[in-house]
Amino acid sequence: MTGLVSAHSVVDPSPLTKRIAAIVVIAYALITLVPLLWIVMTGFKSPSDAIAYPPKLVAEPTLEGYCNLFTTRSRQAPEYMAKLPPASGLCDRISRDRNMVIAGPSNYIPRYVNSLVIAFGSTALSVVLGTLAAYAFSRFKVPLKDDLMFFILSTRMMPPIAVAIPIYLMYRELGLSDTKLGMILLYTSVNISLAVWLLKGFMDEIPREYEDAAMVDGYTRLQAFFKVVLPQATTGIVATAIFCLIFAWNEYAFAVLLTSGTAQTAPPFIPIIIGEGGQDWPAVAAGTTLFLIPIVVFTVLLRKHLLRGITFGAVRK
Amino acid sequence: MTDQTGLSGLVDRAALVTSPVVARRVRGLSERAIAWLFITPTMLLLLAINIFPLIWTIRLSFTNYRANRPNATVLDVGLANYQSILTDPDVWAAMTVTARFVFWSILIQTVIGFTLAWLIDKKFRGHGLWTTLILLPMMLSPAVVGNFWTFLYQPQIGLFNYVVAALTGAPASSFQMLAQVPLAPWAIVIVDTWMWTPYVMLICLAGLRSIPDYIYEAAEVDRASPWRQFWSITLPMALPFIMLAVLFRGIENFKMFDMVNLLTGGGPGSTTEMASITLKREAFEKWRTGYSSAFAIILFVTVFGLANIYVKALNRVKSR
Repeated sequence: MTGLVSAHSVVDPSPLTKRIAAIVVIAYALITLVPLLWIVMTGFKSPSDAIAYPPKLVAEPTLEGYCNLFTTRSRQAPEYMAKLPPASGLCDRISRDRNMVIAGPSNYIPRYVNSLVIAFGSTALSVVLGTLAAYAFSRFKVPLKDDLMFFILSTRMMPPIAVAIPIYLMYRELGLSDTKLGMILLYTSVNISLAVWLLKGFMDEIPREYEDAAMVDGYTRLQAFFKVVLPQATTGIVATAIFCLIFAWNEYAFAVLLTSGTAQTAPPFIPIIIGEGGQDWPAVAAGTTLFLIPIVVFTVLLRKHLLRGITFGAVRK
Repeated sequence: MTDQTGLSGLVDRAALVTSPVVARRVRGLSERAIAWLFITPTMLLLLAINIFPLIWTIRLSFTNYRANRPNATVLDVGLANYQSILTDPDVWAAMTVTARFVFWSILIQTVIGFTLAWLIDKKFRGHGLWTTLILLPMMLSPAVVGNFWTFLYQPQIGLFNYVVAALTGAPASSFQMLAQVPLAPWAIVIVDTWMWTPYVMLICLAGLRSIPDYIYEAAEVDRASPWRQFWSITLPMALPFIMLAVLFRGIENFKMFDMVNLLTGGGPGSTTEMASITLKREAFEKWRTGYSSAFAIILFVTVFGLANIYVKALNRVKSR
């Protein structure tokens, strides 16, 4: 029983190899995580602790960065401060300590909501369109297939600034300047190339025999697509969606050139968070942290799918 | 393959013997109709948002149009824009800066990314968790990260300088990553590598995992050394994936704008002024729309040409 069955597969690496691999990979991971940890930590430092030399590993945690992120404040004379009613709320108290009065909410939340709407909107659109096109390219005799596929890829090669010039003029004519719809369409057009190419790869891996068998059983081509191919391609679609989402969420060049107010997303906004006398690093770090969290959560929740999607797991098993 | 034709042959024969009405119901829309139905929306979107603007850019590139003066008379200047761009030493300098950046960043990312993927593929305990953690940097926005790295690169208070100082003994304020001519390009390569190595790693990992075990088993039976297995199985079979990763990273980095714009803005002087930065200055600061359209076309043709050659090579490797 034990002899043959529990024997290691010949291709399984030795324990020593595994240990060395683990040490190197973990060391790399820890080093690359330092900047991210530093961002999170800076968000909880006071402005003076954030710029201390030598850099402070441990500082007294404060929510000042987050307060500054969400509010705009104005400096007041001590006489004026003395006449104010007692501070209400944490942020109010923190800003009073700095001789400041909260003037109102900052633009961070509206920008963040814009990011959400535009990223999810364009991801949904690119994945739906990309799935359909990828299936057609994978299964049917499309005339000039290779040329069309290359054309789709080539649309991604334009530098964003180059695309931004005519888009800027076109959106100005169409009234799409600084609108969420305009940004969704633009991001979709950028993401669609990635979606079609990735998804075609996944579709190619799904054996045609499945659909053929379904069609012999009386399914139409469309039914076979929806009931056989799509479930098989789920991991591929999820992986593709994650890539599209990351792109749209993080995009900066189009956003900084084509949006200024109502449709501005968080990436062009975060770098211009400034306090008195330069950038307010704790507030920037706080904004960055909050901007990063949804993507981290999403990635961790879906990591099995992400890896399986990338490894073509569902198909190869 | 034979199996497949056998099955679809069966469908065809079934279709032949049934009446046309039944056949149409069984097969639904014709395959050709479905193909076009599925492809057309994507094509329409790309035509509206990529091709139409591209044609517009081409037309503008032969004029002296300025977007900030929409009512001024537009003159046709022929090839003058192209001529002045191709003879401008500043443009060539920007192209050189871009090429150097693309070469070094991709080389470093591919080497580290593939090595990591190869090590992760050893499937040590917990490799899933660590893979997820390694992927985190590429989730962040290059702009937001680029912006934060300016903080890490601060000469006196920055963490990067502090760590380098601690490791080398040089004072932390003795060098400025973003403000010194020899260092600034590397500052950008470091951030780009930090960020995008996981991307290359992920694609390489997919390639490594696509290699069936039985090939290694056969190699073991033949007593091929691990070294030999790596060079004649692992690397060649993962090569199409590596090349795909290089293609995507290469195109992305050729277009690199956000990180550079926030890290150095092209400085010091024009040491890190990549093509995209020059283009932005011409198009959205000097508002020379016609001139910058011509520059955009030149850049596009360059990437398009290089990528075309590259994809041909990729297809040759794949079909081997």
